[in-house]
Amino acid sequence: MTKPKSTHFDTLTLHAGARPDPATGARATPIYQSTSFVFRDSDHAAALFNMERAGHVYSRISNPTCAVLEERISALEGGVGAIAVASGQAALHLAIVTLMGAGSHIVASRSLYGGSHNLLDFTLPRFGIETTFVDPRNLDGWRRAIRPNTRLLFGETLGNPGLEVLDVPRVASLAHEHGLPLLVDSTFTTPSLMRPFEHGADLVYHSATKFLSGHGVVIGGLLVDSGKFDWNEPNKSAGKFPTLTEPYAGFHGMVFAEESTTAAFLLRARREGIRDFGACMAPMTAFQVLQGIETLPLRMQRHVENTRKVVAFLASHRFVESVGYPELPTHPDQALAARLLPDGCGAVFSFAIRGTREQGRRFIESLRIFSHLANVGDAKSLVIHPASTTHFRVATEDLKAAGITEGTIRLSVGLEHADDLIEDLSRALHAAERS
Amino acid sequence: MRFEVTGHTAYAYTGSRAFDSSQSTIAFVHGAANDHSVWALQSRYFAHHGRNVLAVDLPGHGKSEGAPLSSVASIADWLIDALDALRIETAALVGHSLGSLAVLDAASRYPQRVDRIALLGPSVPMPVSEALLDAAKRDDHAAFEMINGWSFSPADQLGGNRQPGVWMTGNSMRLMERSRPAALYTDLAACNSYADGLNAAGKVRCPALLLIGQRDQMTLPKNARALVAALTDKRVVTIPDCGHSLMAEAPDQVLDALREFLFAAH
Repeated sequence: MTKPKSTHFDTLTLHAGARPDPATGARATPIYQSTSFVFRDSDHAAALFNMERAGHVYSRISNPTCAVLEERISALEGGVGAIAVASGQAALHLAIVTLMGAGSHIVASRSLYGGSHNLLDFTLPRFGIETTFVDPRNLDGWRRAIRPNTRLLFGETLGNPGLEVLDVPRVASLAHEHGLPLLVDSTFTTPSLMRPFEHGADLVYHSATKFLSGHGVVIGGLLVDSGKFDWNEPNKSAGKFPTLTEPYAGFHGMVFAEESTTAAFLLRARREGIRDFGACMAPMTAFQVLQGIETLPLRMQRHVENTRKVVAFLASHRFVESVGYPELPTHPDQALAARLLPDGCGAVFSFAIRGTREQGRRFIESLRIFSHLANVGDAKSLVIHPASTTHFRVATEDLKAAGITEGTIRLSVGLEHADDLIEDLSRALHAAERS
Repeated sequence: MRFEVTGHTAYAYTGSRAFDSSQSTIAFVHGAANDHSVWALQSRYFAHHGRNVLAVDLPGHGKSEGAPLSSVASIADWLIDALDALRIETAALVGHSLGSLAVLDAASRYPQRVDRIALLGPSVPMPVSEALLDAAKRDDHAAFEMINGWSFSPADQLGGNRQPGVWMTGNSMRLMERSRPAALYTDLAACNSYADGLNAAGKVRCPALLLIGQRDQMTLPKNARALVAALTDKRVVTIPDCGHSLMAEAPDQVLDALREFLFAAH
């Protein structure tokens, strides 16, 4: 017998988790727009409720369309499973509340999406969970911030908006030294550009709203479990994660780490987090994210090609003060990016013009193809001014620490012809310079 | 549940239920480089339907201490030792792959201790390819890749899990990756060297259920024919389009067959 061949990534983007519908033969994944699913008999009903049989009961807990998406993202990330949720924010929240409660502590990169920063810095402390923010490039800073009650290390594969490249192997290694998991927000890179589990991360989540769905039409999140972390490792993680290693009164005394050696985290997240907090994904949303993922490798390749051309144009423009893209020699993470992100550093980056805040406004308002809005990862090109929008709640000092100035402009480069994008930027820069 | 067997701490999943000496017992035995969790759905069902369940981690696997056992006969002996340790006189034994051989061997040599056996993905003999044995001996990850490639039907390689949100091949791979060094090789070598299967089958006096995956490439269905012929009181269920990972690929069909067989005993 010869060694069986594994299925390629591009094929998995089209097929993983799906098969022709057994009832109708439909080739596309059907949208199972149903709240609930009929039991065969009373014993079947009880067995489904008590995790003695596999299947769907109620679409808040699981749904067949969402399940296809969950398998697909798991296959693409190299994980054991996933949960589809209402948004990227819901995914982050679900990860945290599955692992810890009041009195716990998180160490997080300070270069985060503004929404994530809000949750960690302002909202979770009200529920007894504190976060220490650290420079993602400073490993000693990560180490010094870990406390006895720390339960999670968290960062983004590419920081927002400075594109600090998270050194996933080293931060993961540090986390594991302390018996802690590393959670990574992989929204900007998608599994097409980086698979964080291969570098040591334990949990990954996505705002599927962005590149995975890819067309700016849905809000969704995906939380993926690598299945690698040992939640009960003696002298390391043992005792730190009672939600997974001790009997849970909310499910007949189930000990999730005994129920599943590899997917205890997912079990608890589904059987408690989705059940009780309820931030599930709608099946129509799952369908649209699946449609997006079918073309993910093609789109990410084009996103990166366009971005490289736009970056090259801006980097040589006289009215541009700086461009922050990790492939540039001026970016402090160039070498790390070459190692972890050889296929590109995504399509979202920031640059600063040599001008006033007013000239920045003029630039954005002069653009015709780039849309001024609060999103990234659309097929269409987007632009925003972080200091006055996504990060407006962040203090000026923290903004500076995150690499954001009054003149910082963030682009999300889409799939249009690169020449048209460069023409649009050129015209707007000219208009701003003259104003 | 943790308990002592021959000087080592052993673990068995009980479906979150306390042991009840008034109930009959079903022991579930996993295959190579696996652990109790492969039986999660099926074992939990019986634990909540009037049976004591012992989904064991074999020595050197999962949460059980000790070294992996090097022969099918020694695994069978350990199973009986485990029953002794818990003062269980008789039990139904359910085994998958390597576990099916251990269950068969136990039933043949300890007929008074075993009242029924269910063999999932069995074959007698159970030869292991040289390439797989060599890779396992080197603790080469390629061994896990070979097993994963051969253990799921072609359709199930691409998912479509009945268990929502779980990527079957990824989960299977991660479970094997968690196994201890040399565990896989020891297990596979035990399968490969078990030469007494047909003789053992001829001595089995209790009822036997054989569950066979129609698309099993690890233990080919045709390699179970001699075993079927050698057993006296047997029932064979072939699950269509299913590979070697029956409990994951066809959890309901496996449970339904086990229910019919195991509940018929009482």
